[in-house]
Amino acid sequence: MATLVLAGQEQRVFVASQWQLMWWRFCKHRVAVAGGVVVLAFYTIVLGADFLAYADPNASEAQRSLMPPQRVYWLDGWRFGPYVHGVTGARDPQTYKRVYRPDPTRKVPIRLFAEGFEYRLFGLIPTTRHLIGVDGGVDASRTIFLLGTDVQGRDLWSRLMYGTRVSLTIGLLGVTASLVLGVVLGGLSGFYGGVLDTVIQRTIEILRSIPTIPLWMGLAAALPRDWSILKVYFAITIIISLLGWTELARVVRGRFLAMREEDFVVSARLVGCTEMRTIFVHMVPSFMSHIIAATTLALPAMIVSETALSFLGLGLRPPAISWGVLLQQAQNVQTVAISPWLMIPAIPVILAVMAFNFLGDGLRDAADPYGR
Amino acid sequence: MLAYIGRRALLAIFTVWAISVLAFAIIQLPPGDYVTSYIAQMASMGSVVTDEEAQNLRIQYGLGRPIYVQYAKWMALISTGNFGMSMEWRRPVTEVIGERLWLTVVVSVAALILTWVLALPIGIYSAVRQYSVGDYLATFVGFIGLAVPNFLLALVLLYLGFVLFNAHIGGLFSPELQDAPWSTARVWDLLTHLPIPALILGLAGTAQQIRIMRANLLDELRKPYVVTARSKGQSEVRVILKYPVRVALNPFASTIGYTLPYIVSGSIIVSLVLGLPTVGPLLLKALIAQDMFLAGTIVLLLGVMTVIGTLISDILLVWVDPRIRLEET
Repeated sequence: MATLVLAGQEQRVFVASQWQLMWWRFCKHRVAVAGGVVVLAFYTIVLGADFLAYADPNASEAQRSLMPPQRVYWLDGWRFGPYVHGVTGARDPQTYKRVYRPDPTRKVPIRLFAEGFEYRLFGLIPTTRHLIGVDGGVDASRTIFLLGTDVQGRDLWSRLMYGTRVSLTIGLLGVTASLVLGVVLGGLSGFYGGVLDTVIQRTIEILRSIPTIPLWMGLAAALPRDWSILKVYFAITIIISLLGWTELARVVRGRFLAMREEDFVVSARLVGCTEMRTIFVHMVPSFMSHIIAATTLALPAMIVSETALSFLGLGLRPPAISWGVLLQQAQNVQTVAISPWLMIPAIPVILAVMAFNFLGDGLRDAADPYGR
Repeated sequence: MLAYIGRRALLAIFTVWAISVLAFAIIQLPPGDYVTSYIAQMASMGSVVTDEEAQNLRIQYGLGRPIYVQYAKWMALISTGNFGMSMEWRRPVTEVIGERLWLTVVVSVAALILTWVLALPIGIYSAVRQYSVGDYLATFVGFIGLAVPNFLLALVLLYLGFVLFNAHIGGLFSPELQDAPWSTARVWDLLTHLPIPALILGLAGTAQQIRIMRANLLDELRKPYVVTARSKGQSEVRVILKYPVRVALNPFASTIGYTLPYIVSGSIIVSLVLGLPTVGPLLLKALIAQDMFLAGTIVLLLGVMTVIGTLISDILLVWVDPRIRLEET
C-alpha cells in the first residue's frame, strides 16, 4: 500500500509542469509563504490606499498638531462596537506644548464604510466611502486619529497608507528599470561572451566598488527644485535603479553561460532558429523563475534607498508622501522623545524588507526544483 | 600573483577614473557655472567680484570651453592638491574637509573590524552547534540586522538612549573635547565613543558574514578530512579551528571588497543621524546649498578611499589564498 501511494506521488511529480513543481516546493517553505502573504497585503494597500485612509492626507490643522494615537475601545457595554473618546486639546501654559485629554463622556463610534473625502477608487470610480470613519465632518472633536498626528496636524494613519503606495510603487518601477537593464546587458554579456562580456563585467565591478549613497545624494540633489512631484518621482526611480541592475545582470549572465552549451539550446540553433528566437523562446523561459527570485531580492534594497534619500530630504519632497518623507519628521531625537509615534513609519519599512527577503529566499530555492 | 595584482590595480585605476567622471558630473549638473554662483554668493555677502577676477577664475577652470577641457582642467587642479573653493564656507575645500575625512576612515575601519570580530566566532558557533538555541538566536538577529536600514537602527538607539538613560549617544567626542587639539585623552575619548556607531554600521555586514561563514563551515564540516582528524583523537577545538575554519575563511574574506563600499555608504547617513563629525553631514549640507566643488570633492575622495581599501583587501586575499593566484592566471 505504502509503495503504491509513493508511486502515485512520484507519478504526480513526473507529469507536473515546471511551474507546478516550483509551486509545491515554494509551499513547503513556510516562512517564504508568510513573506508572500505580507507582500500581497502590502500591495493591497497600494491598490486601495484611498479606501483604507479615512482622512485627507494633506489636510493640516494647527489645532490638532502632534496628537498622540487614540485608544480604541472595542466593546460598547457588552456589545461589539468600537469607539474612541473625543479629544480636547489645550496649550500647556508653562511649556507651550499642546496637550490632549480624552473626554470619557463623549463617545465617537467608528463606522464601517463611512463617508469621507472624495476620491476615485482604483483611479476610476468616484466615491466618498472609506473602510472606516466617523459620522459627521472633520471637526477635531469628532474625528479619529488611530496613529496620532504629525506636527502639522495631519493624520498619520492616512498618510501612512498613501506613503505605502508611493514607496512600494517606486520600488517596483525601480526594479523593473533595473531588470530591463540587467537582462539586456547580462544577456548580451553571457550570450556573446568575448570582449563585450569583459567590458560589461568590468563595468559592473567598477559600479559595485563605488559607495553608492554619496553618489545618489549628489545626483538627487542636482534635480531642479522646481520639478513637479511626478518628475522627481521618476527621476528618483531612475537614480536608484541605475546602480541596482548589476546584481540582476550577474544572475542573468550566469544563467546564460550555464545554458549556452545545453543540448536543447544547441539543437535549437542547429535547426536554424534565429538568435532572437533561441533566446526568447528557448532560453528565457527556463530561467524566468530565477529572474523573478532575483528581482524579489532586489526590491528591498530599492525601498530602503528611496526611504534613505527622502529621509535626508534629497529624494521625494513634500507634498509627496512616502515612508522616507514621513520619517523625516522623526529626524530629531527631541521630537521623537516627545512624540514617539512619529517613528511608526519605520515599522512598515522593516516589515516590507523582511517579507521581500523571505519571499525572495523561498522563490530562489523553489526556482531550482531539481536541487537539494 | 603579480599579474593578478596588476590586473586589480588596473581595475582600481579605471574605477577611480569612473568616480572622477561621476563626481565631475555632480559638480556640473546644477544650472549656472561655478563663477556665476561664486559672484552671486559674494554679492550676497556684500563684496564685489571684479570682472578681471571673474575672468581669471573662468580661465582657471576652463569655463565656456568644451566639457572635456573643463574636466581636464579640473583634474589638473586636483593633481596639484587644489580642490577649489567651498562657496558656503569661503575657504579652500581641503581646509573644510580637513580631519573629517580621517574620522570617516576611522569610523568605517572600526565598523569593518567589528564586523569581523563578531561574525567570525558567531558564524563558527552557529555552524558547529547547528539548530541550537544560540544558532537560532544568531539567525534571528541576523535577519533583523539585514532588514533594518542602519539609519533607522541609529534612530531607534538614539531614542532608547534618550528615553531610558537620558543620555545622548551620538557624536564621536565628549563636548569638552570637541574642538580640543589631539592628545591621548582625545584619542581615548574617540575610542570610547566608537563602538556604538561602529556597531550600527557593521550590523548588516555582520549578519551577512555570519550567514556566509555558517554556510561555508557547514559544507566543510561534512567532509571526510574532518572525520579523519577527529578519529586521530585530536581535540574538538583543534579539529574545527585548524582545518575547516581555515578553508571556510577564504570565501568569507573575499566579501570584504563588497562590504567596504557598503559601510562607507552607510556611514554617510548614520553620521547624519548620530551627529558624527565625519564628511557625511558636510556632504548633505553642501548638496543642499549647491556648494558643488565641496560636494564633488567629497564624493571623489570617498570613492578613492573605498577603491584603495578594496585594493588592499584584494592583495591580502591573494596572499592568504593560493587558489586565487592559480585560478585567475
